[in-house]
Amino acid sequence: MPEQRRIIFKHIDQAGYTNDLACYQKHGGYETLKAAVLRKPEELIEEVKKSGLRGRGGAGFSCGLKWSLLDRKSGKPIYLIVNADESEPGTFKDRYIIHQDPHQLIEGMMITCFANNVKQAYIYIRGEFPIGARILEQAIAEAKKANFVGNNILGTNYSCDIFVHRGAGAYICGEETGLIESIEGKRPYPRIKPPYFPAVLGLYQCPTIVNNVETLCHVKHIVSMGGDTYSKIGTPGNTGTRILCVSGHVKRPGYYEFEVGKITLGELLNDVCGGPLPGRTFKAVIPGGSSAKILRFGERFKGKRKVGAEMQDYDWGLEDLPMDFDSLAMVGSMAGSGGVIVMDDSVSMVEALANINSFYAHESCGQCTPCREGSLWMKRITSRMVLGGARAEDGALLKNVADQIAGRTICAFGEACSWPTQSFVLKFGDEFKQYAEKSKDLAAAKETTPLV
Amino acid sequence: MTSPAPADLITINVDGKDVSVPKGTNVIEAAAKVGVDVPHYCYHPKLTVVGNCRMCLVEMGMPAVDPATKAPVIDPATGKQKINWMPRPVIGCATNASPGLHIRTTTQLVKDCREGVMEFLLVNHPLDCPICDQAGECKLQEQATGYGRGYSRYIEDKNVKPKRTVLGPRVTLDDERCILCSRCIRFSKEIAKDDVLGFIDRGSTSTLTCFPGKQLANNYSLNTVDICPVGALTSTDFRFKMRVWFLKQTNSIDTETSVGANTIVWSREGQIYRITPRQNDFVNDTWMADSGRILYKHVRSEDRLLATRVSGKEASLSEAVSKAATLISENTSHVRLVASGKNTVEEQFLIKQLADQIGTKASLVSRIGEGDTILVSKDKNPNVRGALVTGLINELPSQKLDLLSSEIDSGKVKVVISFNEDLTLAGLNPSQLAKVKVIYIGTHQNKTSDAAEVVIPSLTVFEKSGTFINQQFRIQKFLLAVPGPSGVVDDLVILTHLLTALTKSAPQATQAAGILAHTWTQIASRVPSLAHVSFSSLPEVGALIDSSAFQKLPFVETQTLHFKPAV
Repeated sequence: MPEQRRIIFKHIDQAGYTNDLACYQKHGGYETLKAAVLRKPEELIEEVKKSGLRGRGGAGFSCGLKWSLLDRKSGKPIYLIVNADESEPGTFKDRYIIHQDPHQLIEGMMITCFANNVKQAYIYIRGEFPIGARILEQAIAEAKKANFVGNNILGTNYSCDIFVHRGAGAYICGEETGLIESIEGKRPYPRIKPPYFPAVLGLYQCPTIVNNVETLCHVKHIVSMGGDTYSKIGTPGNTGTRILCVSGHVKRPGYYEFEVGKITLGELLNDVCGGPLPGRTFKAVIPGGSSAKILRFGERFKGKRKVGAEMQDYDWGLEDLPMDFDSLAMVGSMAGSGGVIVMDDSVSMVEALANINSFYAHESCGQCTPCREGSLWMKRITSRMVLGGARAEDGALLKNVADQIAGRTICAFGEACSWPTQSFVLKFGDEFKQYAEKSKDLAAAKETTPLV
Repeated sequence: MTSPAPADLITINVDGKDVSVPKGTNVIEAAAKVGVDVPHYCYHPKLTVVGNCRMCLVEMGMPAVDPATKAPVIDPATGKQKINWMPRPVIGCATNASPGLHIRTTTQLVKDCREGVMEFLLVNHPLDCPICDQAGECKLQEQATGYGRGYSRYIEDKNVKPKRTVLGPRVTLDDERCILCSRCIRFSKEIAKDDVLGFIDRGSTSTLTCFPGKQLANNYSLNTVDICPVGALTSTDFRFKMRVWFLKQTNSIDTETSVGANTIVWSREGQIYRITPRQNDFVNDTWMADSGRILYKHVRSEDRLLATRVSGKEASLSEAVSKAATLISENTSHVRLVASGKNTVEEQFLIKQLADQIGTKASLVSRIGEGDTILVSKDKNPNVRGALVTGLINELPSQKLDLLSSEIDSGKVKVVISFNEDLTLAGLNPSQLAKVKVIYIGTHQNKTSDAAEVVIPSLTVFEKSGTFINQQFRIQKFLLAVPGPSGVVDDLVILTHLLTALTKSAPQATQAAGILAHTWTQIASRVPSLAHVSFSSLPEVGALIDSSAFQKLPFVETQTLHFKPAV
């Protein structure tokens, strides 16, 4: 069984470790920042590029590339926004960093700000994290007092301030342009891209970096150990460690930090998490937060993949799947935000989808037509199904509605709300068909508890 | 081969057709140039692009180049440069023309996108077209027919939202019909500068409403009704009055101020039902003020003058004209004319002839009020510049007729001819009017018509044709929308009768249309700045005329949408 490698979560749940500055410094905190401000900003950017770090928020976009797209010639100020709107169902990593190790984030942020000449940074934290927001404010105040944040940090002529901005409780605020609109005080309607790419026309129409909490923590460790060293952790193209949040029907759910790609889904669920609950078998797993496409136990995935310089055949069962960005994308799902949701044979897929659809219909911002109307329609179909009105043709209709959304919306919410439906119906089509028969009994029994 | 495009134009390809457009033109506008309709709801040419309706999804491609050599990749099958088509559709409204851009609107993907968006827009939209005011001019209806599937797969319950929200004094909202395109919100913010509209709640339950404690009460609120692509925003005045397909549309000009907003008058069987703006990118874009839309109500108002009268008794037009001619002839050197800035150019030209014939001068009464920076100017006369151009007056009018007042007091004036002006509003008092014989030619009853010896009713702007010259010195044409009241003749006919009675000659024409045509041949030969203008061929957007002779006059107008004062 592969060993966890805890870099980001090194001190999480460690006895005696507190979230104040003194404890952080006792464990070597802010030493990386002290060294970093003596280096050239370009060198720091170069380290991050060399590290191969990919964003931990969901899309897995190269962090170095994101920074290099910044419009540095406009003369406008550059902003950094930390996306702490961790709202993807199944994901619970950023809140632990914020609650238990906030200074790790602040140090990562300050290094990023220094490297990109950012003078003002924001932490956009979701409305449901009121305690986290207070902890961050407290930590920023401490760091300011100790001259790690604020004016002329650590005796240099570099100044940068950090502000905590609380959301009001909307999933869409995790979409980076929606988040930017929200900071600007507007409804978080995601912007059309082009032309509003954050790297060029972001916050207040200025170039802006939006990075996930975990990503920025990695920056600290990359600068500390060097990009080359970091790039050797994990697997090529999928470097570093990654926090996997396992929830659902396993014996030991929780968060686990592993080198990316060095653990398979089978090892994670069976060995690390202790396997299925007694008397149960695994049925399905969503590997990267609820919007990722579901995978079915018993599936096999075949194809060719690049290993090093050569192409190799692969023939994987679901359990053989390496938990990295590229492998999960190859089998038609995604690593997403690292939220692994496990379902065993007690779960009705129609009911599970009804639950997910209900969430996305509730969270669609309503700006553009396909997502606004499609997510609600899918919810109404699955709700009707579980309340006893299922029809044999509903599965096909669901898929067709979902197909009319993905790829046609302003932001990625279109995919987020349609991928579950597309994959549930594709992988468990029979169950959707049979549900019509079952539905009659449900309706007759009249004791169905509405799940949605 | 197409000829190379001029320097400021670039060539793009829409459905296989090359079209040259200025760089940055969006795909919807560019496609329209080659007759390709890209359906859309939220996009409006005068508002910012938000791209939320997703109806204008099209396929986009760029010419392929070899990444290493940058050389064009030639498709062996066609011998032309290969086009790399993007796998995902893009929105036409936010896709700007760049050199070599290729667009496809007829593929299966685009068809699917449109069917999908149409279906989504309709799932929560009430299918109440038979009782909806927008029916007949509804984009949703049109595009459902043009691009929808024609059947519904939706069997769930529809959203329930407020049905008749009063947003302001003139606008009523049916929220269930709203497709959340946000045109009205953007209009209020960007054009009317009165940011009062917004959405509350989210997702499909999003609801358009006014901010707490606010109303959509600005003088441009009805433009939101015009640009609403569906039947959500309705005019409280017009709703449920008439089916739009029964209405005749006539091009007209707003007479409220010297801006001269271009309008369409909607009428049926001689009755006007509404006035809406007509696009003129040089004057009013696609907007007009609410205050200009109710002017049609004057047409059938209680105080409309309907009967010709001489000495208080009903008379025929010829009796009235001969009485007027007698009054004028008997007092030739004691006659004064008061014309109006609401008279048309043609009328002003004939009044000038009348003044010359009598040997007197005409005055004009200015009307100055509050303006805004959009489409309401301070000059409430639509055609003061017409009076200047036709030579009827040589200087800007004043609000009070002081000279006339003193001349009446001194007994120098014995006959006053007023064209639609209430002289009591221009500084004269009833006792002064009692001292003179008044000949009143106008549309509505007032203290001057009450005091008049001769009253000849005339027509409103909706009942005749003619031209006005607006604050930009743009001559603009309006056309007869509805017939005038029985027995009331065109101002041009009255003027011609008066002139021929005074000169004892035979008229060149006796009908309004004939007189209008004849007047224009005279205008062309006698008014140099109008020499190149002809009524029949005046473009819909009007024509700017030479205004150099009047540059130094202190006009009262301040900046509005497409107007900057000279100094």
